[in-house]
Amino acid sequence: MAATSTPPESPEVAMIRVRRNLRYYLDQGFYYLTMAFALAIAITLVWIVIQIGLTAIPAITQFGLGFLTSTTWDPVQNIYGILPQIYGTLVSAIIALVVAVPLGLGIAIFLSEDFLPTYVTTPIAFAIELLAAIPSVVIGLWGIFILIPFLRPFYTFVHRYLGWIPLFGTEPRGNSLLTLGLVLAFMILPLITSISRQTLVSLPPYLRQGAMALGATRWETILRVLIPAGFSGIVGSIMLALGRAMGETMAAAMLVGNSNRINISLLEPGSTIASLIASQFGEAGRDQVAALLYAGLVLMILSLIVNILAEIIIKKFQNVER
Amino acid sequence: MTDISQPHTPDTTNDQFRKIWTSPRNLFGLFMTGLTGLFAAIAILPLAAIVINVASQGLPLINLDLFTKLPPPPGLSGGGLGNAIVGTLIVLGVAFVISTPIGVLGAVWLSEFGRGSKIAYWVRFSANVLSGVPAIIAGLFSYTIVVMTMGTFSAFAGGVALAVVMLPIVMRTTEEGLVLVPEEVRLAAFGLGATRFETVSRVVLPAALPSIATAVTLALARAGGEAAPLLFTALNNNFWSTDLFRPIATLSVQIYFFAIIPFKPQQELAWAGALVLLSIILIVSIVSRFLTRRKSY
Repeated sequence: MAATSTPPESPEVAMIRVRRNLRYYLDQGFYYLTMAFALAIAITLVWIVIQIGLTAIPAITQFGLGFLTSTTWDPVQNIYGILPQIYGTLVSAIIALVVAVPLGLGIAIFLSEDFLPTYVTTPIAFAIELLAAIPSVVIGLWGIFILIPFLRPFYTFVHRYLGWIPLFGTEPRGNSLLTLGLVLAFMILPLITSISRQTLVSLPPYLRQGAMALGATRWETILRVLIPAGFSGIVGSIMLALGRAMGETMAAAMLVGNSNRINISLLEPGSTIASLIASQFGEAGRDQVAALLYAGLVLMILSLIVNILAEIIIKKFQNVER
Repeated sequence: MTDISQPHTPDTTNDQFRKIWTSPRNLFGLFMTGLTGLFAAIAILPLAAIVINVASQGLPLINLDLFTKLPPPPGLSGGGLGNAIVGTLIVLGVAFVISTPIGVLGAVWLSEFGRGSKIAYWVRFSANVLSGVPAIIAGLFSYTIVVMTMGTFSAFAGGVALAVVMLPIVMRTTEEGLVLVPEEVRLAAFGLGATRFETVSRVVLPAALPSIATAVTLALARAGGEAAPLLFTALNNNFWSTDLFRPIATLSVQIYFFAIIPFKPQQELAWAGALVLLSIILIVSIVSRFLTRRKSY
């Protein structure tokens, strides 16, 4: 970085003028090669949107924005709409956030305070990070054969006693939006925990000292000073987690039940955009592929919005920090 | 605190400074500490449950056949996932060949040449956003650019999709490794008359090699577990295949297909495959964690 400037080619310094030999061109070539590769990642991002958008054009022209509000998915007559999938994607992501945000934030606080010595908290933090490393197809397999049978009595219980709430108003089946939401909660938990924890740890110490000096207890300090101060970092982590939850595919395809209906009851099977693509693409004809690519474009745009917002929020926070 | 101050001022007026544990404020604090501790314990449960369940279901099924035989026809038992294991390695190989040069050299530009520039900001921004893009989108992307142009599902298309998944991870983690190389090392190389290329290739990259290797390995482990990008790029194959331009079986996709069909022998193979996949990924994650922790320049 320091040596990028070339010496001026005035007569006085002609002695140390850069010689245009092989070494020089190799160096220049290397510089532009690395720059091109760095730019490649930005280009890839734009290219993905354009490429999927272009390929989805037949479906876009045929269905227009009605695609987003129609509930029909009929491969026989080639009429497509993804409202149930949008609904399922949002509902399962919201369930995941409702469970994972308090849990993740609580853990982040627990691990960033000195309640336990670091030789205890570090392994806990690492174990939670490892949760993120488990392939989603393994989580899906585990969900089908272990988690669903395990949850069934709880669902029956919830339905029996809380069945008057429409959200639990139907006989529980194994595959449901609620099951998916709970699994997604544990898949996004590491993300919320690690980013919120980093945020809390990186807060300037005088915030805590000031609050303590004013007579606040530890938890008053945490809730009234530290969390508001780290709020944007925490919100950023929640946005990232939302994006992750919306795009999760294999766990969704294996646990949500892939039913093309909107049900108020969370105990009923549903469908998400990603699970729709995963479960239908294999045997799709040409028109259906275009419709699935359109669905993919919708998912891509949703995830771009969420991720870009998250990125901006986190960046902004970091700049304030410095 | 009160214990220390007690001997000096034994009079009762000091009681107002004593921490009253039964006051609502302190009880609330105790409750919250306990609650968040409980949360931390709850968060460990799924990891423990998944590891224990996968191990107990998969371990009895681990044998030589698993690694050397083809999967059995639906409903029949025996056989293994040999072709899927080979397929995963091939697809990962393609992804490695595409993503590593781009990721590592892109990271070199970010850390060595573009630091602080506007372009570097946007490149990092794109890398972060791309790493948040759902993996299935990478599959759709590869489908439109590779499968549709070549007219066939292929191992190569799967590799392209996984390369998109790996690229942001490789680039950002490599950059983190490069930034750790002390500035003096670069200045010394420049002082000896080395060009930027020579400095990077002979000094900076070798110094950062362990962390780059860790970054690439972690990205490979992550990509190796992905099934979504491979569903309609590499597709699947019931037979041995090493052809880059033909559909190929992979471990993750095979687990998915075997998990959702109602045949016991296939489901058992899915568990065995899950155990293989999970062990590799956990071992890589844990080992790389210990390697990077020791690393300090």
